[in-house]
Amino acid sequence: MTRSSPRPPVARPLIGTRIRERRLSLGRRQTEVAQRAEISAAYLNLIEHNRRPVGAGLLSRLAEALDIDATELASDHEEALVGALREAAARAADQRGITVELDQISEFAARFPGWASALAGATRRADALERRLVALSDRMTRDPYLLETLHEVQSAVTALRSTASILAETPEIEPEWRDRFHANLDSDSQRLSRTAQALVAYLDSFEDEVVPMSPQEEVEAWIAAGQPSIAEAAELASDAARVMAQDLLAAQERDRAALPDSALSAVVAEAGDTADDPAHIAARLGRPLELVLRRLGTLRPGPWAQAGLIVCDGSGAALFRHSAPGFELPRPGEGCALWPLFEALAQPQLPVARLIETTAGNRFAAWAVAERLLPMGIGAPALSRAQMLFRPSAGRDTRPVLGVGPACRICPRPGCPARHEPSILGPV
Amino acid sequence: MTATVDVLLIEDEPSIAEAVRFILSREGWRCEQWPEGNSALQRIRALAPRLVILDLMLPGRSGAEVLADLRADHALKGLPVLLLSARGLANLPQGADRILVKPFANDDLRAAVRELLG
Repeated sequence: MTRSSPRPPVARPLIGTRIRERRLSLGRRQTEVAQRAEISAAYLNLIEHNRRPVGAGLLSRLAEALDIDATELASDHEEALVGALREAAARAADQRGITVELDQISEFAARFPGWASALAGATRRADALERRLVALSDRMTRDPYLLETLHEVQSAVTALRSTASILAETPEIEPEWRDRFHANLDSDSQRLSRTAQALVAYLDSFEDEVVPMSPQEEVEAWIAAGQPSIAEAAELASDAARVMAQDLLAAQERDRAALPDSALSAVVAEAGDTADDPAHIAARLGRPLELVLRRLGTLRPGPWAQAGLIVCDGSGAALFRHSAPGFELPRPGEGCALWPLFEALAQPQLPVARLIETTAGNRFAAWAVAERLLPMGIGAPALSRAQMLFRPSAGRDTRPVLGVGPACRICPRPGCPARHEPSILGPV
Repeated sequence: MTATVDVLLIEDEPSIAEAVRFILSREGWRCEQWPEGNSALQRIRALAPRLVILDLMLPGRSGAEVLADLRADHALKGLPVLLLSARGLANLPQGADRILVKPFANDDLRAAVRELLG
Protein backbone atom coordinates (compact mmCIF):
# COMPACT_ATOMS: atom_id res chain seq x y z
CA MET A 1 0.00 0.00 0.00
CA THR A 2 1.34 3.43 -0.91
CA ARG A 3 0.86 6.43 1.32
CA SER A 4 0.36 8.90 -1.50
CA SER A 5 -2.69 9.11 -3.65
CA PRO A 6 -2.97 10.53 -7.16
CA ARG A 7 -6.40 11.90 -6.25
CA PRO A 8 -6.62 15.18 -4.37
CA PRO A 9 -8.32 15.10 -0.95
CA VAL A 10 -12.05 15.48 -1.26
CA ALA A 11 -14.03 17.37 1.36
CA ARG A 12 -16.71 14.94 2.47
CA PRO A 13 -19.07 16.42 5.02
CA LEU A 14 -19.11 14.55 8.29
CA ILE A 15 -16.83 11.75 7.13
CA GLY A 16 -14.84 12.33 10.31
CA THR A 17 -17.96 11.84 12.39
CA ARG A 18 -18.63 8.54 10.63
CA ILE A 19 -15.04 7.41 11.22
CA ARG A 20 -15.35 8.29 14.91
CA GLU A 21 -18.69 6.54 15.29
CA ARG A 22 -17.37 3.43 13.56
CA ARG A 23 -14.28 3.37 15.81
CA LEU A 24 -16.33 3.83 18.97
CA SER A 25 -18.77 1.13 17.91
CA LEU A 26 -15.81 -1.25 17.66
CA GLY A 27 -14.52 -0.09 21.05
CA ARG A 28 -11.10 0.76 19.62
CA ARG A 29 -8.76 3.47 20.84
CA GLN A 30 -7.59 6.28 18.57
CA THR A 31 -3.97 5.22 19.04
CA GLU A 32 -4.73 1.69 17.82
CA VAL A 33 -6.65 2.79 14.71
CA ALA A 34 -4.16 5.57 13.95
CA GLN A 35 -1.25 3.12 14.09
CA ARG A 36 -2.95 0.75 11.67
CA ALA A 37 -3.75 3.65 9.32
CA GLU A 38 -0.14 4.92 9.53
CA ILE A 39 -1.01 8.33 10.94
CA SER A 40 -0.63 9.92 14.38
CA ALA A 41 -3.41 9.72 16.93
CA ALA A 42 -3.51 13.51 17.00
CA TYR A 43 -4.11 13.63 13.26
CA LEU A 44 -6.85 11.02 13.55
CA ASN A 45 -8.45 13.12 16.26
CA LEU A 46 -8.53 16.12 13.93
CA ILE A 47 -10.02 13.97 11.16
CA GLU A 48 -12.68 12.65 13.51
CA HIS A 49 -13.69 16.22 14.31
CA ASN A 50 -13.95 17.01 10.60
CA ARG A 51 -10.99 19.34 10.78
CA ARG A 52 -8.73 17.53 8.35
CA PRO A 53 -9.67 16.21 4.87
CA VAL A 54 -9.37 12.53 4.03
CA GLY A 55 -7.69 11.63 0.73
CA ALA A 56 -8.53 8.46 -1.13
CA GLY A 57 -5.43 6.61 0.07
CA LEU A 58 -5.95 7.51 3.71
CA LEU A 59 -9.65 6.67 3.46
CA SER A 60 -8.71 3.24 2.24
CA ARG A 61 -6.27 2.68 5.13
CA LEU A 62 -8.78 3.94 7.69
CA ALA A 63 -11.47 1.68 6.26
CA GLU A 64 -9.10 -1.27 6.53
CA ALA A 65 -8.25 -0.34 10.14
CA LEU A 66 -11.97 -0.14 10.93
CA ASP A 67 -12.92 -3.38 9.14
CA ILE A 68 -15.31 -1.62 6.78
CA ASP A 69 -15.56 -1.05 3.06
CA ALA A 70 -14.15 2.32 2.00
CA THR A 71 -17.22 3.11 -0.10
CA GLU A 72 -19.47 2.46 2.86
CA LEU A 73 -17.31 4.63 5.09
CA ALA A 74 -17.35 7.41 2.53
CA SER A 75 -21.11 6.94 2.31
CA ASP A 76 -21.28 8.17 -1.28
CA HIS A 77 -24.83 7.00 -1.62
CA GLU A 78 -27.72 8.79 -3.19
CA GLU A 79 -28.89 10.10 0.16
CA ALA A 80 -25.65 11.95 0.69
CA LEU A 81 -25.75 13.19 -2.89
CA VAL A 82 -29.26 14.55 -2.47
CA GLY A 83 -28.20 16.29 0.75
CA ALA A 84 -25.27 17.90 -1.07
CA LEU A 85 -27.57 19.02 -3.87
CA ARG A 86 -29.86 20.66 -1.33
CA GLU A 87 -26.85 22.59 -0.04
CA ALA A 88 -26.07 23.65 -3.61
CA ALA A 89 -29.69 24.74 -4.05
CA ALA A 90 -29.56 26.80 -0.86
CA ARG A 91 -26.50 28.60 -2.18
CA ALA A 92 -28.17 29.21 -5.53
CA ALA A 93 -31.12 30.77 -3.76
CA ASP A 94 -28.84 33.68 -2.84
CA GLN A 95 -28.32 34.49 -6.52
CA ARG A 96 -30.87 36.58 -8.33
CA GLY A 97 -32.81 35.01 -11.16
CA ILE A 98 -32.02 31.41 -10.28
CA THR A 99 -34.89 29.18 -9.24
CA VAL A 100 -33.99 25.62 -8.36
CA GLU A 101 -36.57 22.86 -8.84
CA LEU A 102 -36.32 21.58 -5.28
CA ASP A 103 -39.04 18.99 -5.78
CA GLN A 104 -37.00 17.32 -8.51
CA ILE A 105 -33.68 16.92 -6.70
CA SER A 106 -34.04 13.16 -6.25
CA GLU A 107 -35.02 12.68 -9.86
CA PHE A 108 -32.08 14.80 -11.02
CA ALA A 109 -29.66 12.75 -8.91
CA ALA A 110 -31.08 9.51 -10.24
CA ARG A 111 -31.20 10.50 -13.93
CA PHE A 112 -27.94 12.43 -14.12
CA PRO A 113 -25.70 11.02 -11.37
CA GLY A 114 -22.54 12.30 -13.03
CA TRP A 115 -23.77 15.89 -13.35
CA ALA A 116 -25.26 15.74 -9.87
CA SER A 117 -21.95 14.58 -8.40
CA ALA A 118 -20.08 17.29 -10.27
CA LEU A 119 -22.42 19.98 -8.93
CA ALA A 120 -22.30 18.63 -5.39
CA GLY A 121 -18.50 18.39 -5.52
CA ALA A 122 -18.15 21.94 -6.83
CA THR A 123 -20.40 23.25 -4.07
CA ARG A 124 -18.46 21.37 -1.39
CA ARG A 125 -15.16 22.69 -2.71
CA ALA A 126 -16.58 26.21 -2.75
CA ASP A 127 -17.79 25.75 0.84
CA ALA A 128 -14.43 24.39 1.95
CA LEU A 129 -12.58 27.25 0.29
CA GLU A 130 -14.94 29.79 1.82
CA ARG A 131 -14.46 28.32 5.30
CA ARG A 132 -10.72 28.31 4.83
CA LEU A 133 -10.78 31.91 3.63
CA VAL A 134 -12.85 32.97 6.64
CA ALA A 135 -10.57 31.08 9.01
CA LEU A 136 -7.40 32.57 7.55
CA SER A 137 -8.90 36.03 7.39
CA ASP A 138 -9.96 35.75 11.04
CA ARG A 139 -6.48 34.63 11.94
CA MET A 140 -4.66 37.43 10.21
CA THR A 141 -6.87 40.28 11.37
CA ARG A 142 -8.44 39.35 14.68
CA ASP A 143 -6.72 36.29 16.06
CA PRO A 144 -5.92 37.29 19.65
CA TYR A 145 -3.25 34.62 19.91
CA LEU A 146 -1.40 35.90 16.85
CA LEU A 147 -1.68 39.54 17.89
CA GLU A 148 -0.61 38.79 21.45
CA THR A 149 2.32 36.67 20.27
CA LEU A 150 3.55 39.32 17.85
CA HIS A 151 3.35 41.91 20.62
CA GLU A 152 5.31 39.58 22.88
CA VAL A 153 8.03 39.25 20.23
CA GLN A 154 8.18 43.03 19.78
CA SER A 155 8.46 43.59 23.53
CA ALA A 156 11.20 41.00 23.99
CA VAL A 157 13.18 42.35 21.02
CA THR A 158 12.82 45.93 22.30
CA ALA A 159 14.08 44.96 25.74
CA LEU A 160 16.97 42.96 24.30
CA ARG A 161 18.04 45.73 21.93
CA SER A 162 17.97 48.48 24.54
CA THR A 163 19.67 46.38 27.19
CA ALA A 164 22.36 45.05 24.88
CA SER A 165 23.11 48.59 23.67
CA ILE A 166 23.40 49.82 27.25
CA LEU A 167 25.98 47.14 28.03
CA ALA A 168 27.88 47.84 24.81
CA GLU A 169 27.94 51.64 25.15
CA THR A 170 28.52 51.85 28.92
CA PRO A 171 31.87 50.16 29.72
CA GLU A 172 32.06 51.74 33.19
CA ILE A 173 28.66 50.42 34.28
CA GLU A 174 28.31 49.51 37.96
CA PRO A 175 28.50 45.75 38.71
CA GLU A 176 25.02 45.81 40.28
CA TRP A 177 23.47 47.27 37.11
CA ARG A 178 25.55 45.04 34.87
CA ASP A 179 24.33 41.92 36.74
CA ARG A 180 20.74 43.09 36.55
CA PHE A 181 20.96 43.72 32.80
CA HIS A 182 22.63 40.36 32.23
CA ALA A 183 19.77 38.70 34.07
CA ASN A 184 17.28 40.66 31.95
CA LEU A 185 19.08 39.59 28.76
CA ASP A 186 18.89 35.98 29.86
CA SER A 187 15.19 36.04 30.72
CA ASP A 188 14.20 38.11 27.68
CA SER A 189 16.17 35.90 25.29
CA GLN A 190 14.45 32.84 26.74
CA ARG A 191 11.10 34.56 26.37
CA LEU A 192 11.89 35.46 22.77
CA SER A 193 13.00 31.91 22.04
CA ARG A 194 9.79 30.42 23.44
CA THR A 195 7.56 32.93 21.68
CA ALA A 196 9.34 32.66 18.33
CA GLN A 197 9.13 28.88 18.48
CA ALA A 198 5.40 28.98 19.17
CA LEU A 199 4.89 31.57 16.45
CA VAL A 200 6.78 29.57 13.82
CA ALA A 201 4.84 26.40 14.68
CA TYR A 202 1.61 28.35 14.52
CA LEU A 203 2.40 29.98 11.16
CA ASP A 204 3.71 26.68 9.75
CA SER A 205 0.32 25.14 10.37
CA PHE A 206 -1.25 27.76 8.07
CA GLU A 207 0.08 25.63 5.23
CA ASP A 208 -2.04 22.69 6.32
CA GLU A 209 -5.19 21.91 4.43
CA VAL A 210 -7.54 23.20 7.06
CA VAL A 211 -7.02 25.36 10.15
CA PRO A 212 -3.80 26.02 12.06
CA MET A 213 -3.32 24.76 15.60
CA SER A 214 -2.91 26.98 18.62
CA PRO A 215 -1.11 25.70 21.74
CA GLN A 216 -4.48 24.79 23.23
CA GLU A 217 -5.36 22.74 20.17
CA GLU A 218 -2.01 20.97 20.50
CA VAL A 219 -2.90 20.15 24.11
CA GLU A 220 -6.29 18.85 23.03
CA ALA A 221 -4.71 16.59 20.43
CA TRP A 222 -2.40 15.36 23.19
CA ILE A 223 -5.38 14.68 25.48
CA ALA A 224 -7.11 12.80 22.65
CA ALA A 225 -3.97 10.71 22.15
CA GLY A 226 -4.23 9.56 25.77
CA GLN A 227 -1.84 12.12 27.33
CA PRO A 228 1.41 10.33 26.50
CA SER A 229 4.66 11.39 28.19
CA ILE A 230 5.26 15.07 27.47
CA ALA A 231 8.85 14.38 26.40
CA GLU A 232 7.66 11.97 23.71
CA ALA A 233 4.43 13.66 22.65
CA ALA A 234 4.78 14.74 19.02
CA GLU A 235 1.48 16.60 19.40
CA LEU A 236 3.13 19.13 21.70
CA ALA A 237 5.17 21.08 19.15
CA SER A 238 5.47 24.35 21.04
CA ASP A 239 6.91 25.13 24.46
CA ALA A 240 3.67 26.93 25.32
CA ALA A 241 1.70 23.72 24.71
CA ARG A 242 4.15 21.74 26.85
CA VAL A 243 3.80 24.22 29.71
CA MET A 244 0.01 24.00 29.44
CA ALA A 245 0.17 20.19 29.42
CA GLN A 246 2.40 20.17 32.51
CA ASP A 247 0.01 22.51 34.34
CA LEU A 248 -2.89 20.27 33.37
CA LEU A 249 -1.12 17.17 34.62
CA ALA A 250 -0.31 18.90 37.92
CA ALA A 251 -3.96 19.94 38.37
CA GLN A 252 -5.15 16.42 37.60
CA GLU A 253 -2.66 14.99 40.08
CA ARG A 254 -3.97 17.31 42.80
CA ASP A 255 -7.53 16.16 42.03
CA ARG A 256 -6.43 12.53 42.07
CA ALA A 257 -4.78 13.00 45.46
CA ALA A 258 -8.01 14.51 46.81
CA LEU A 259 -10.14 11.75 45.30
CA PRO A 260 -8.14 8.62 44.39
CA ASP A 261 -9.15 6.39 41.48
CA SER A 262 -9.89 3.44 43.75
CA ALA A 263 -12.26 5.40 46.03
CA LEU A 264 -14.19 6.87 43.08
CA SER A 265 -14.43 3.57 41.18
CA ALA A 266 -15.60 1.74 44.32
CA VAL A 267 -18.39 4.23 45.06
CA VAL A 268 -19.54 4.28 41.43
CA ALA A 269 -19.66 0.48 41.44
CA GLU A 270 -21.61 0.39 44.71
CA ALA A 271 -24.00 3.18 43.82
CA GLY A 272 -26.23 1.15 41.50
CA ASP A 273 -28.91 3.31 39.89
CA THR A 274 -27.75 6.38 41.78
CA ALA A 275 -24.38 6.16 39.98
CA ASP A 276 -26.10 8.20 37.26
CA ASP A 277 -26.22 11.22 39.55
CA PRO A 278 -22.93 12.97 40.34
CA ALA A 279 -24.50 14.62 43.39
CA HIS A 280 -25.27 11.20 44.91
CA ILE A 281 -21.70 10.11 44.25
CA ALA A 282 -20.36 13.30 45.83
CA ALA A 283 -22.58 12.77 48.88
CA ARG A 284 -21.45 9.15 49.29
CA LEU A 285 -17.83 10.22 49.04
CA GLY A 286 -18.23 13.31 51.20
CA ARG A 287 -16.35 15.29 48.54
CA PRO A 288 -17.25 18.58 46.78
CA LEU A 289 -19.38 18.20 43.66
CA GLU A 290 -16.93 20.18 41.52
CA LEU A 291 -14.14 17.72 42.36
CA VAL A 292 -16.39 14.74 41.64
CA LEU A 293 -17.40 16.18 38.23
CA ARG A 294 -13.77 16.65 37.23
CA ARG A 295 -12.75 13.20 38.45
CA LEU A 296 -15.68 11.47 36.72
CA GLY A 297 -14.76 13.30 33.52
CA THR A 298 -11.10 12.26 33.62
CA LEU A 299 -11.27 8.74 35.13
CA ARG A 300 -14.57 7.89 33.39
CA PRO A 301 -15.38 4.81 35.48
CA GLY A 302 -18.16 2.32 34.60
CA PRO A 303 -21.25 4.12 33.29
CA TRP A 304 -19.20 7.29 32.74
CA ALA A 305 -17.02 5.72 30.01
CA GLN A 306 -18.44 8.08 27.35
CA ALA A 307 -18.45 11.19 29.50
CA GLY A 308 -17.09 14.51 28.30
CA LEU A 309 -15.71 17.27 30.48
CA ILE A 310 -15.14 20.99 29.97
CA VAL A 311 -13.48 23.16 32.61
CA CYS A 312 -13.21 26.92 32.23
CA ASP A 313 -12.06 29.89 34.25
CA GLY A 314 -14.05 33.01 35.12
CA SER A 315 -13.33 34.56 31.74
CA GLY A 316 -14.81 31.52 30.01
CA ALA A 317 -11.39 30.40 28.74
CA ALA A 318 -11.22 26.62 28.56
CA LEU A 319 -8.75 24.96 30.92
CA PHE A 320 -9.63 21.43 29.84
CA ARG A 321 -11.84 19.99 27.10
CA HIS A 322 -12.61 16.37 26.43
CA SER A 323 -15.61 15.67 24.24
CA ALA A 324 -18.20 12.92 24.42
CA PRO A 325 -19.23 10.93 21.32
CA GLY A 326 -21.61 13.06 19.25
CA PHE A 327 -20.84 16.34 21.02
CA GLU A 328 -19.04 18.63 18.61
CA LEU A 329 -16.55 20.91 20.31
CA PRO A 330 -15.87 24.24 18.60
CA ARG A 331 -12.40 25.72 18.23
CA PRO A 332 -10.70 26.68 21.50
CA GLY A 333 -11.92 30.07 22.64
CA GLU A 334 -15.39 29.47 21.25
CA GLY A 335 -18.47 28.03 22.91
CA CYS A 336 -22.23 28.32 23.25
CA ALA A 337 -23.57 30.71 25.88
CA LEU A 338 -26.37 28.22 26.54
CA TRP A 339 -24.04 25.49 27.75
CA PRO A 340 -24.83 24.74 31.41
CA LEU A 341 -21.12 25.44 32.01
CA PHE A 342 -21.73 29.17 31.59
CA GLU A 343 -25.03 29.12 33.49
CA ALA A 344 -23.10 27.65 36.42
CA LEU A 345 -20.34 30.23 36.03
CA ALA A 346 -22.90 32.98 36.60
CA GLN A 347 -24.09 31.45 39.87
CA PRO A 348 -21.12 29.98 41.79
CA GLN A 349 -21.81 27.05 44.14
CA LEU A 350 -25.28 26.46 42.66
CA PRO A 351 -25.23 23.26 40.57
CA VAL A 352 -27.00 23.11 37.22
CA ALA A 353 -28.45 19.93 35.67
CA ARG A 354 -29.87 20.07 32.15
CA LEU A 355 -30.82 17.80 29.28
CA ILE A 356 -29.18 19.40 26.25
CA GLU A 357 -29.45 18.67 22.54
CA THR A 358 -26.85 19.47 19.90
CA THR A 359 -27.66 20.81 16.44
CA ALA A 360 -27.17 17.25 15.14
CA GLY A 361 -29.97 16.09 17.46
CA ASN A 362 -27.75 14.25 19.94
CA ARG A 363 -28.92 14.51 23.55
CA PHE A 364 -26.71 14.72 26.60
CA ALA A 365 -27.30 14.82 30.33
CA ALA A 366 -25.13 17.67 31.62
CA TRP A 367 -24.16 18.73 35.13
CA ALA A 368 -22.22 21.88 35.92
CA VAL A 369 -21.07 23.78 38.97
CA ALA A 370 -18.75 26.73 39.51
CA GLU A 371 -16.52 27.34 42.49
CA ARG A 372 -14.78 30.41 43.86
CA LEU A 373 -11.06 30.28 44.48
CA LEU A 374 -9.03 32.64 46.64
CA PRO A 375 -5.40 32.19 45.58
CA MET A 376 -4.63 35.81 46.48
CA GLY A 377 -6.24 35.72 49.94
CA ILE A 378 -9.67 36.60 51.26
CA GLY A 379 -9.21 40.33 50.81
CA ALA A 380 -8.33 40.02 47.13
CA PRO A 381 -10.54 39.32 44.11
CA ALA A 382 -11.89 35.77 43.92
CA LEU A 383 -11.26 33.67 40.85
CA SER A 384 -13.93 31.39 39.43
CA ARG A 385 -13.72 27.96 37.84
CA ALA A 386 -16.64 26.09 36.32
CA GLN A 387 -16.83 22.47 35.21
CA MET A 388 -19.41 20.72 33.07
CA LEU A 389 -19.68 16.93 32.91
CA PHE A 390 -21.87 15.48 30.15
CA ARG A 391 -22.61 12.15 28.61
CA PRO A 392 -25.02 10.71 26.04
CA SER A 393 -28.49 10.77 27.51
CA ALA A 394 -30.42 7.64 28.35
CA GLY A 395 -33.59 7.49 26.27
CA ARG A 396 -35.78 7.57 29.38
CA ASP A 397 -34.81 11.14 30.30
CA THR A 398 -38.08 13.11 30.09
CA ARG A 399 -36.85 16.52 31.21
CA PRO A 400 -37.37 19.55 28.93
CA VAL A 401 -34.67 19.71 26.27
CA LEU A 402 -32.38 22.72 25.92
CA GLY A 403 -31.03 23.19 22.39
CA VAL A 404 -27.39 24.22 22.35
CA GLY A 405 -24.79 24.71 19.65
CA PRO A 406 -21.04 24.46 19.27
CA ALA A 407 -20.49 28.22 18.72
CA CYS A 408 -22.55 30.95 17.06
CA ARG A 409 -20.38 31.13 13.94
CA ILE A 410 -20.97 27.47 13.09
CA CYS A 411 -24.41 27.06 14.67
CA PRO A 412 -27.41 27.22 12.34
CA ARG A 413 -30.14 27.60 15.04
CA PRO A 414 -32.46 30.41 13.95
CA GLY A 415 -33.77 32.93 16.44
CA CYS A 416 -31.44 31.90 19.25
CA PRO A 417 -31.58 34.47 22.07
CA ALA A 418 -27.96 33.75 22.96
CA ARG A 419 -26.58 34.40 19.48
CA HIS A 420 -23.84 37.04 19.42
CA GLU A 421 -22.71 36.74 15.80
CA PRO A 422 -24.26 35.51 12.55
CA SER A 423 -23.72 31.94 11.47
CA ILE A 424 -21.74 31.08 8.35
CA LEU A 425 -24.19 28.20 7.89
CA GLY A 426 -27.73 28.62 6.76
CA PRO A 427 -30.63 28.10 9.17
CA VAL A 428 -31.65 24.53 9.98
CA MET B 1 5.46 74.75 39.82
CA THR B 2 8.87 73.13 39.42
CA ALA B 3 8.62 69.54 38.32
CA THR B 4 10.45 67.06 40.54
CA VAL B 5 10.19 64.47 37.81
CA ASP B 6 11.41 65.12 34.30
CA VAL B 7 9.92 62.04 32.67
CA LEU B 8 7.07 59.72 33.63
CA LEU B 9 7.38 56.44 31.72
CA ILE B 10 4.10 54.54 31.45
CA GLU B 11 5.20 51.08 30.37
CA ASP B 12 4.23 47.63 31.65
CA GLU B 13 7.24 45.64 30.40
CA PRO B 14 9.71 45.53 33.32
CA SER B 15 12.84 44.98 31.20
CA ILE B 16 12.00 47.82 28.82
CA ALA B 17 11.13 50.11 31.73
CA GLU B 18 14.40 49.31 33.48
CA ALA B 19 16.46 49.97 30.35
CA VAL B 20 14.69 53.26 29.56
CA ARG B 21 15.01 54.50 33.11
CA PHE B 22 18.72 53.68 33.12
CA ILE B 23 19.30 55.43 29.79
CA LEU B 24 17.46 58.58 30.86
CA SER B 25 19.00 58.72 34.33
CA ARG B 26 22.49 58.55 32.76
CA GLU B 27 21.59 61.72 30.86
CA GLY B 28 20.67 63.42 34.13
CA TRP B 29 16.90 63.24 33.73
CA ARG B 30 14.80 62.18 36.70
CA CYS B 31 12.50 59.40 35.57
CA GLU B 32 9.64 57.56 37.25
CA GLN B 33 7.70 54.61 35.91
CA TRP B 34 4.03 53.52 36.05
CA PRO B 35 2.93 50.08 34.82
CA GLU B 36 -0.76 50.38 33.79
CA GLY B 37 -3.30 52.64 32.15
CA ASN B 38 -6.25 52.81 34.54
CA SER B 39 -4.69 55.24 36.99
CA ALA B 40 -2.07 56.68 34.65
CA LEU B 41 -3.78 60.08 34.51
CA GLN B 42 -3.87 60.37 38.30
CA ARG B 43 -0.18 59.48 38.38
CA ILE B 44 0.58 62.18 35.82
CA ARG B 45 -1.33 64.73 37.89
CA ALA B 46 0.44 63.67 41.09
CA LEU B 47 3.98 63.76 39.67
CA ALA B 48 3.56 66.66 37.24
CA PRO B 49 6.35 65.47 34.91
CA ARG B 50 7.77 67.61 32.09
CA LEU B 51 7.34 64.75 29.62
CA VAL B 52 5.28 61.55 29.44
CA ILE B 53 6.61 58.51 27.58
CA LEU B 54 3.55 56.40 26.90
CA ASP B 55 3.41 52.81 25.70
CA LEU B 56 0.48 52.07 23.39
CA MET B 57 -0.40 48.61 24.72
CA LEU B 58 -0.99 48.78 28.44
CA PRO B 59 -3.02 46.72 30.89
CA GLY B 60 -6.24 48.51 31.82
CA ARG B 61 -6.80 51.60 29.68
CA SER B 62 -4.74 51.53 26.51
CA GLY B 63 -2.11 54.12 25.68
CA ALA B 64 -4.46 55.58 23.08
CA GLU B 65 -7.19 56.06 25.72
CA VAL B 66 -4.77 57.60 28.20
CA LEU B 67 -3.55 59.98 25.49
CA ALA B 68 -7.13 61.00 24.65
CA ASP B 69 -7.88 61.58 28.35
CA LEU B 70 -4.77 63.67 28.70
CA ARG B 71 -5.52 65.84 25.69
CA ALA B 72 -9.07 66.39 26.97
CA ASP B 73 -7.81 67.51 30.38
CA HIS B 74 -7.58 71.30 30.63
CA ALA B 75 -4.50 71.26 32.87
CA LEU B 76 -2.62 68.53 31.05
CA LYS B 77 -3.46 69.00 27.39
CA GLY B 78 -0.19 70.85 26.64
CA LEU B 79 2.05 68.19 28.21
CA PRO B 80 4.53 66.69 25.69
CA VAL B 81 3.93 63.01 25.01
CA LEU B 82 6.34 60.55 23.38
CA LEU B 83 4.39 57.50 22.23
CA LEU B 84 6.00 54.04 22.08
CA SER B 85 4.36 51.84 19.44
CA ALA B 86 4.83 48.14 18.79
CA ARG B 87 2.43 48.30 15.85
CA GLY B 88 4.49 50.34 13.43
CA LEU B 89 3.20 53.72 12.30
CA ALA B 90 -0.18 52.66 10.89
CA ASN B 91 -3.45 53.52 12.65
CA LEU B 92 -1.80 55.37 15.51
CA PRO B 93 -3.87 57.69 17.70
CA GLN B 94 -3.74 61.45 17.19
CA GLY B 95 -2.21 63.76 19.73
CA ALA B 96 1.33 62.49 20.38
CA ASP B 97 4.25 64.93 19.99
CA ARG B 98 6.64 62.21 18.87
CA ILE B 99 6.40 58.49 18.13
CA LEU B 100 9.08 55.86 18.56
CA VAL B 101 8.49 52.46 16.98
CA LYS B 102 9.66 49.45 18.96
CA PRO B 103 12.35 48.22 18.89
CA PHE B 104 14.12 51.59 18.94
CA ALA B 105 17.76 52.63 19.16
CA ASN B 106 18.83 54.11 22.48
CA ASP B 107 20.23 57.14 20.64
CA ASP B 108 16.84 57.78 19.06
CA LEU B 109 15.23 57.67 22.49
CA ARG B 110 17.76 60.15 23.89
CA ALA B 111 17.32 62.47 20.91
CA ALA B 112 13.52 62.43 21.16
CA VAL B 113 13.52 63.13 24.90
CA ARG B 114 16.11 65.87 24.50
CA GLU B 115 14.01 67.54 21.81
CA LEU B 116 10.79 67.36 23.83
CA LEU B 117 12.32 68.52 27.11
CA GLY B 118 13.96 71.38 25.32
